Amino acid sequence: MRKGSVIFLLSVMMLFTILVGCSGNNSGSGGNAAANEGEGGTANSGAATKLSLWTFSELHINFYKEMERQWNEKNPDKQVTLELTTLPYEDMHNKLLLALQSGTGAPDLADVEISKFGNFLKGQPQLVELNDVVEPELGNVVKSRFDIYSKDGKYYGIDFHVGATVMYYNKGILDQAGVDPDSIVTWDDYLEAGKKVVAATGKPMTTLETSDHWFLWPAINQQGSDYLDENGNVILDNEINVNTLKFAQKLLDEKVAVIAPGGDHAAEEYFGFMDNGGAASVMMPYWYMVRLTDYMPSLKGNIIIKPMPAWTDGGFRSAGMGGTGTVVTNQVKVPELAKQFLAFAKMSKEGSIQTWKILGFDPLRTDVWDLPEMKEANKFTEYFGTNIFDTLIEVKDEINPVHITEDIPAIVDKIKSDVLPRVLEGKEDPAKVLKEAADQFRN
Amino acid sequence: MSANVSPSIQGKTSDGRLRKLLYSQKAAPYLFVLPFIVSFFLFFLYPMVNTIIMAFQEIAPGVTKFIGLKNFSNLMNPDFYKALRNSTVFTLWTLLILIPVPLVLAIFLNSSRMVAKNFFRSAMFIPALTSVVVAGTIFRLIFGELEGALLNSFLGYFGVDPIKWLVNPWSSMMALVALASWRWIGVNILYFLSALQNIPNELYESAGIDGATALQKCYYITLPMLKPITIYVLTISIYGGYAMFTESYMLWGGSNSPQNIGLTIVGYIYREGLQQNNMGFGAAVGITLLCITLVINIIQLRATGQFRKED
Repeated sequence: MRKGSVIFLLSVMMLFTILVGCSGNNSGSGGNAAANEGEGGTANSGAATKLSLWTFSELHINFYKEMERQWNEKNPDKQVTLELTTLPYEDMHNKLLLALQSGTGAPDLADVEISKFGNFLKGQPQLVELNDVVEPELGNVVKSRFDIYSKDGKYYGIDFHVGATVMYYNKGILDQAGVDPDSIVTWDDYLEAGKKVVAATGKPMTTLETSDHWFLWPAINQQGSDYLDENGNVILDNEINVNTLKFAQKLLDEKVAVIAPGGDHAAEEYFGFMDNGGAASVMMPYWYMVRLTDYMPSLKGNIIIKPMPAWTDGGFRSAGMGGTGTVVTNQVKVPELAKQFLAFAKMSKEGSIQTWKILGFDPLRTDVWDLPEMKEANKFTEYFGTNIFDTLIEVKDEINPVHITEDIPAIVDKIKSDVLPRVLEGKEDPAKVLKEAADQFRN
Repeated sequence: MSANVSPSIQGKTSDGRLRKLLYSQKAAPYLFVLPFIVSFFLFFLYPMVNTIIMAFQEIAPGVTKFIGLKNFSNLMNPDFYKALRNSTVFTLWTLLILIPVPLVLAIFLNSSRMVAKNFFRSAMFIPALTSVVVAGTIFRLIFGELEGALLNSFLGYFGVDPIKWLVNPWSSMMALVALASWRWIGVNILYFLSALQNIPNELYESAGIDGATALQKCYYITLPMLKPITIYVLTISIYGGYAMFTESYMLWGGSNSPQNIGLTIVGYIYREGLQQNNMGFGAAVGITLLCITLVINIIQLRATGQFRKED
């Protein structure tokens, strides 16, 4: 009999282990939700409420910690404790998507990168509408940066930055070629200046990405075009877009541009190339500054920030690109508090200043750009000089919105993996390639 | 069958009943396989059935609906063909390399005249223990496109211009196959080695008495005796080739590669299902992949005589 029960016990234990293992998958995040539930009830009694937040960037953590401190200083009756989790970029978006789809395991707040945002707008967005905290501030911020995270008039995400695209010139190389960056107003000027640079130094004026789209998207956005129009119709193959890619091919043909080593401006190869003075300029949004300071240290003091060249005299000279919309998920236990904290962290003056100081981003609030805090010395002013925001103020009214729908993630993938390699590397006809790509999304 | 399962026991106490159950010739086996059956149902059957259902649905929070065969008709697109082609070419290359090479190496390692056998055995197996993520990153740097990258600097000694390894279709397939070969050769050697050690020595001895040369012994004894394991390796290699994902994901730092030269079927599932939040379509691709590998494996197993009745 003893032997019998031992065997029975053993098999029950095995079964149990398996069942526990099965629920173990969820227990990490499920435990979180349970913790929140417990804390949610005590919110009014003055104890700190826990808010869980997922992000894909270690840098953002420092920012949120600072904002948590400031919030708690200001709101002794509504203390929060942030539970911050950093996950790899793809992982975080996938996990969040699955958690929202299955209705369990999502954090209260999460950073969602713009090219992934469309995924979260599919069907009924599993996110909390932010209109009541966003609308009162719309007058003080760059509004187009809120429209990109909206669906049917409801705002679902708050960004960190404007992401104004600018041209970073390597002053040393331009001086060598006798080119004055202020004389470059239009893209034609840019092409001519580029030819001078190539003739004098043998170096290209710029690099073009094939596996990312930070030339194409800002360049067509400047001209009022986009991948989709404001109603979400595919306009990928319109004349402006075709001509813009033809211009890119011309830059390559004239040797004014080369294809970015490694395929994009975030590749290790590219950093090394640029750090050694590989090209005279690079066009990227403001958020690229931190890449320059951290990965291309030898260019310190040698980079000047100027607006993008315009396509016509008086044309727009910038475009708001990239971004991370922080969202409140519908699994939040304390939606009001989460929204208020998010708005404070990302839309208040204090938050905007820290966005610059900690992250080096161009904040959403236009009224902080000329504050003295923005000129205080930090690693960015050491690298770029103190008048970083002058360029931003110059172009602040020249930023068109981009149109984000649930199709964008697929379209962006198509552009990165098919359109740009074929047009820039394979020298195929842009009209044909864009038409093929656009047709795929039309039906 | 199920009638046999339910124990017809009339023990007086629950203790006695339990005892009877456990000692019952009929019930106990079922009890012991229960953990496996439960985990099989939970982790294999349920997800599989669900995947089949999802393949006919459009899935978005709150608005999931059946859309018939639309996911499958959407498969007729150049990206999927490219993925299918890449996976097939990759599988063929891995079969061409990952069966003959480990076979020959295993024969060497099994030979009594081989020196430092154990050293080579472990050295060849180490790659299988490294994480693909780490190895993939290092391979990406080796196959870098600048002059200073490892392979290009070798080419430089011979006056060859640097090659953009991960941009050209032929060289990127080469990089993928190189990474996979490096990683799996050790594992396949292990399979072949264990099979080699099971070949009875008497066969070789008697062949030796009959005056067979080493080559003849290899051809007439070793190779035929290795047939079962070769078929096994072939089967898992076909499946492994079609299921490849991590290698390509690491080499291009994501599921996007220039002109999709590194896109595999599983990469396509990942891109469509997760990155573009189109679970239904991803499920349809998954089912298609399952059918493809199933058909190929069945054909291959039939051709090698695996379905013949045992004599």
